[in-house]
Amino acid sequence: MSTTYHTIISTEEKKIWQLLEAVCDPEVPVLTIVDLGIVRDVKVKDNGVEIIITPTYSGCPAMDAISMDIRLKMIEHGYKNVKITSILSPAWTTDWMSDAGKRKLLEYGIAPPQYRSAAAGNKEQNIECPQCHSHNTKLLSQFGSTACKALYQCNDCKEPFDYFKCH
Amino acid sequence: MQDLNPSNNIKTFKELESSQIPPLGGGGASPSAGGAASLSLHLADTNLILAQRNGEWCAHGPILEQDIAITNISLDLIGQARNFYQYAAQLINQSSDQLTNAATEDSLAYLRTEREFKNLLITELPNGDWAQTILRQFFYSVYQYGLYDQLQRGSDAQLAAIAEKSIKETTYHVKWSSEWVLRLGDGTEESHERMQKALQNTWAYTGEMFMPADYEMGTGTDFNLLKDQWEKKVRHVLEEATLSYPGGAGNENPVFMQTGGKTGVHTEHMGFILADLQYLQRTYPGATW
Repeated sequence: MSTTYHTIISTEEKKIWQLLEAVCDPEVPVLTIVDLGIVRDVKVKDNGVEIIITPTYSGCPAMDAISMDIRLKMIEHGYKNVKITSILSPAWTTDWMSDAGKRKLLEYGIAPPQYRSAAAGNKEQNIECPQCHSHNTKLLSQFGSTACKALYQCNDCKEPFDYFKCH
Repeated sequence: MQDLNPSNNIKTFKELESSQIPPLGGGGASPSAGGAASLSLHLADTNLILAQRNGEWCAHGPILEQDIAITNISLDLIGQARNFYQYAAQLINQSSDQLTNAATEDSLAYLRTEREFKNLLITELPNGDWAQTILRQFFYSVYQYGLYDQLQRGSDAQLAAIAEKSIKETTYHVKWSSEWVLRLGDGTEESHERMQKALQNTWAYTGEMFMPADYEMGTGTDFNLLKDQWEKKVRHVLEEATLSYPGGAGNENPVFMQTGGKTGVHTEHMGFILADLQYLQRTYPGATW
C-alpha cells in the first residue's frame, strides 16, 4: 500500500513541478523559477501543498512577486491550500541555474554565469559578449540593472551588456 | 518592507505601545530569547539605517553606474535587515505570553522610537561627500564581513543562515568600497584631501563595532578576532591608498571612540532619519501600496 501511496504523491509532485516551470522570473522573464534554481522542494500533504523557495539575493524585490505568481498559478489549477516557505540555507548560488536557463539567458542578450560559483573568484573577466560572442570585453560596474547582474561592455562591437554574475 | 499578509500585520503606534512588548535588553522573563531578539534587532537596525543613508544618493550619485552601485548596496542591506527583523519578530512573539503576532518586520522598522533603535552610530552619520560615504561603507563592510563569517558558524541556526546568505553580498561591498578608497585616496590632490577629511570625521565611530553590548556577550562572537581582522584589512587598504592609518597600538594620540548606538543612545541625526523613514506609517497607520 505504501508504495502505491508514494507513487501517487510523486505523480502529484511531478505535476506541480511542471506547473512551476510556467512561472517566470518577473525581472528576467525568459527564465522560469525552476531554471533559476530557486524552487527547493515541493511537498504534497493531506490538506495542501507546501512549496519551498529560496531568494537569489537578500533584497531581491522579485521574491514577493514570485510568491504571488506561484500562488496564482496553483489556484488556477485547483490548489487552494498552498503554503510558500522561504528558506535561506544553504544559500542560493548560480550553480543551481539549469543549462536550459543559461542558454535562454544568452539568447535573450544577457551573458550567463561563466564559472562555478566557488571557482569564480576574480576570474570574471573576458566575459563572452552575448551579441557578437567576442571575449574582448570589459567590466563597467559590478552592479547592474538588478542585484544579480553586473554591467559589461564589448570592446569589439561596443555594445554594453548585462552579465548574470557568479554568486 | 512588504509582507504577504499585510492586512493584519501593521499595528498602530498606540496599539503597539499598549501591547507592552517586554524590554529587549535581556531583562525579560526569557533572557536568552530577549538576548537573541536584541542581537537580531541590532543587526537589522544597523543594516536598515545604513541602507536609508545610502539611499539618499539615489539620483545624486557622481555618475550613473555608481548611483546604481550604492543603491544596489542599499537594497542588499534592506534585504538583510528584513531577514533579521523577521527573526527578531518571531523571537519577540514567542517570548510574549499575552500577545500573538504583535511584532512584525514592519512594526519593528516603522514603529519603534529612537531610543529603541540599536544601530551603530557610524551608520546614522550624514553622508557628507562621496569620499565620506565610501569610507563609511568600506569600514562597515569589512566589519560586516568578519561578523557574518563568525555568525555563519555560530550556534544560532537562523542567524547563521542569514549570515551565510548575506556574506556573499557583503563580499561585493568590500570589493567595491576598497577599490573606491584606493581610487580616491591615491587619486588627485583634492580626492586625497577629501578622503583624509572623511577619515577624521568617521574614525571616532569605528570603535563601537568592537565593544560588545550586553546582548552580544556570550553569543560566541570573538570581538578581539573581529577587531584584529578589521584593523589588518583597513590598515592595508588605507596605506595602499596613501592615507594615514589613525589607529594601531603605540599611537600616542588615540582617538576617543564614540559609543551608545548599540544601546539606543544616538547622535542628533537619528531623529531626522526616523522622521523621514517612519513618517508614512506614523501618519497613515497600516497604509500599503
